[in-house]
Amino acid sequence: MDNVAWRELGLTDEEYRMIVEQVGREPNLTELNMYSVMWSEHCSYKHSRSSLSLFPTCGPRVIQGPGENAGVVDIGDGWAVVFKIESHNHPSAIEPYQGAATGVGGILRDIFTMGAQPVAFLNSLRFGDLEDPRVRYLFDGVVAGIGGYGNCVGIPTVAGEIYFDPCYSGNPLVNAMCVGVMPKDSLVLGKACGIGNLVILVGARTGRDGIHGVTFASEELSEESEEKRPAVQVGDPFLGKLLMDATLETIRKSLVCGVQDFGGAGLTCALTETASRAGTGIEIDLDQVPLREEGMQPYEILTSESQERMLLIVEPGKLAEVEKVFQRWELPLAVLGKVTSDGNVVALYRGEKVVELPADSVAGGAPAYNPEYREPVYYNELAKFDPSVMPPPGGFGKALLKLLSSPDVASKEWAWRRYDYSVRTCTVQGPGGEAAVIRLRETGKGLALSVDGNGRLTYLNPYIGGMMAVAEATRNLSCVGAEPIGITDCLNFGNPEKPEIFWQFRQAVTGMAEACRELEVPVVGGNVSFYNEVEGEAIYPTPVVGAVGLLDNPEKACSNALGSEGDLICLLGAPEVSLGGSQYLKSCCNKVAGRLADIDLQFEKRLQEKLRLLIAEELLVSARDLSDGGLSVALAESCLAGNRGAVIDLGRMDNLVMQLFGEGPSRILISFKPGNRDKIVMLSKESSIPLTFLGIAIENTLIIKSDDDIILKLSLDEMKEAYGEVFSCIMG
Amino acid sequence: MKFGVVVFPGSNCDLDAYHLLKDVLNLPVEYIYYNQKIVNNYDLIILPGGFTYGDYLRSGAIARFSPVMDTIVDFAERGGLILGICNGFQVLTEAGLLPGALYRNSHLQFRCEKVYLKVENNNSPFTVIAKEGDVLKIPVAHGDGNYYADPATLKELENNKQILFRYCDQEGNVTEQANPNGSLLNIAGICNSKRNVAGMMPHPERAGEALLGSTDGLVIFKSILKSLERGGWTDG
Repeated sequence: MDNVAWRELGLTDEEYRMIVEQVGREPNLTELNMYSVMWSEHCSYKHSRSSLSLFPTCGPRVIQGPGENAGVVDIGDGWAVVFKIESHNHPSAIEPYQGAATGVGGILRDIFTMGAQPVAFLNSLRFGDLEDPRVRYLFDGVVAGIGGYGNCVGIPTVAGEIYFDPCYSGNPLVNAMCVGVMPKDSLVLGKACGIGNLVILVGARTGRDGIHGVTFASEELSEESEEKRPAVQVGDPFLGKLLMDATLETIRKSLVCGVQDFGGAGLTCALTETASRAGTGIEIDLDQVPLREEGMQPYEILTSESQERMLLIVEPGKLAEVEKVFQRWELPLAVLGKVTSDGNVVALYRGEKVVELPADSVAGGAPAYNPEYREPVYYNELAKFDPSVMPPPGGFGKALLKLLSSPDVASKEWAWRRYDYSVRTCTVQGPGGEAAVIRLRETGKGLALSVDGNGRLTYLNPYIGGMMAVAEATRNLSCVGAEPIGITDCLNFGNPEKPEIFWQFRQAVTGMAEACRELEVPVVGGNVSFYNEVEGEAIYPTPVVGAVGLLDNPEKACSNALGSEGDLICLLGAPEVSLGGSQYLKSCCNKVAGRLADIDLQFEKRLQEKLRLLIAEELLVSARDLSDGGLSVALAESCLAGNRGAVIDLGRMDNLVMQLFGEGPSRILISFKPGNRDKIVMLSKESSIPLTFLGIAIENTLIIKSDDDIILKLSLDEMKEAYGEVFSCIMG
Repeated sequence: MKFGVVVFPGSNCDLDAYHLLKDVLNLPVEYIYYNQKIVNNYDLIILPGGFTYGDYLRSGAIARFSPVMDTIVDFAERGGLILGICNGFQVLTEAGLLPGALYRNSHLQFRCEKVYLKVENNNSPFTVIAKEGDVLKIPVAHGDGNYYADPATLKELENNKQILFRYCDQEGNVTEQANPNGSLLNIAGICNSKRNVAGMMPHPERAGEALLGSTDGLVIFKSILKSLERGGWTDG
């Protein structure tokens, strides 16, 4: 075979040699295309697999860890939660609406494929500087696309986070998470079980959209990327909703023995993964695949990423009943072939055998690389920066307003009010809280959901940044009173073939894994997105953590809003902070540098446990994690959320900038009724958790004093204007 | 007593309406599928929110041709109570059971938020237990909720007291700022001249439990129950 063929398809000479060895002959061009998509970074995790094994993936609640379409965790009462986060960065960089919409559609299918009813969406987004009109186009398109798909399928989008930095200009991040619930015993896996069972395709017709989407996602973006627009799929949420309802009905009625959605790498992935997981083979007739257009070649049918399709494995005797379910919603159904015993995936086309490959080799035979890694030069350089030389330009009040009006901190209501967050009537706390809270109708319990990541911190110190991402996501759950029970992660990095990038990846994963272990929260699934680079410039290393927590009683969920006048306000947790890498340095001093505050994971764990206890005992009015912008921003946001003011006395302090704007983990701003003071003091002492009295809630104004001098005084209206109107002004 | 919730392909608030009637109000309720004929005698039929047929073409424009709609039109003509919520309101206007149309929101964006509604008229089976001027906190979630009707129709709606709800602020002032979608006269909900068919863009079924933030939506369902207890609705 012409030796350019595999290189053009993104395979190395060595990988081609392995393929020939595994198949026992040279593959034909159709087969080579199948290898090309399945051995792409996106599908085979060849650069990340060995690092991902660092994550703890087991635990008493874990029913299904990584490797399936989504993770499954026990939530008691015979029920389980199913969740996963996935990236759709590259498609969104080219076609923001469809890129984001199909990201949502794809993660939705991953959840109902397992047999779970989806109940919530979350998302984590990164964009460049909003001064750039193309960035505004991407931002608007992505938000519209997320809403366009999620609103139509009727699953609420309940939480998310959005940050901006020039490093994401040409390469935005669109990470979508979906959460579902199901009775434990209705779990269905993506396995082609039972020799002789039928292999069925339901849903959309197959077209030429999204061909080689995964290969496109496994290379850096460049000026030529625009030409890859055909690699972006087009979503049809209406069809997606019908497919969800019908598939779940067949699962509830026990009509199927295996289910797999069509995601990246289309039919190729669905066939080879289901056969490989079950240790079986599959033989199909490509002429049975309903096509959208004439003249499609076998390789196109096999690698198309047309959306809204599902693969079902059905016993022949149950076909009629399955057909009935899909007919009710007028959904096309095609029997493609059957499950075989020889471990091969075989495809016929016009009577000819065009594919015969060992399923294990295509789905799991890709090499695992251990790339070189090297500490980048910037790492020590930036850590040397001493931020104590950066005074607040124009006073503390001005600095706080500046922070509140920075796109990173400002209210994201402009985006989330375009998402239906209350459909399904289960949303107890929607966007804007520390974590979203949804009640489970079936068990009376609640789920808390949060998604967090901070690329800037991870850039400055990938190891600590990785830990912080896990700590913050779980801390947010604890702030509403929920016990973290599992996480899913989306690891967004640059090109792993560059040693400096792989060092970032390795460090971040190590930090995350350590935090997961210490905080006893397993990773049950996730996704790696490499090659987030434009013209050779990488994004900040951006691990995003989606965390799920369990609440015994959703009525007890704590809010982050100040309550009544006279309530006491305290800081619970570690007093150590740093200005290094802080939002203050970025927004007020235009500087991304410095050393991060350390994190003590044992302390973090104790703090979260204690916080959950305080909430369970109904001792708190509010709890808010201190993150971007430190104490000052947390105070302002609590005031704005509760439409209350506060008067705070920091006492005599040497470094007020550090006190007000410094950032560090393991810190919670709490408020409570004065009558609960003694009990809270006692409980925090019990676990040696520092509790610092700051002040009380008052009407209308935030006043911060140091030793009786007023150092900051802002009215609610001033803060509201800075915080609330940023995006309406920029985006219209 | 029996309540029906219509399920079109793409309906997605059918579950919420069903849940509210069954679990919150303990009423007998069943789904009516788009391809069925109505055989039972329902006391109230709800056309729920969602994106029927993807709202492709125009919101509600395809659903109104569903097989079930013929019998729904009959049901309305026989005086049966029908409540269209959000997309259900759009279907009712497309079917000609309610006047006017729902345009794309004036700001062109989908909008999900809690809004306040002023009860304009309690002379209807949907508002009978409210006092005129009452303010209800109920969420909206739609992209096409901008109520439009020609001036003559608007005048008729006002004269016949068919406007049931208008968007207002927390204090009950009907202002431009309180209007989430550009609706003419801040119209959030109307009924037909016989007063047995109503449509509203806000979601009362999402405001039925304190845990979810408001119970004001119950005013509408309890009004319906009250008028059914009285033996139905006779105009006037």
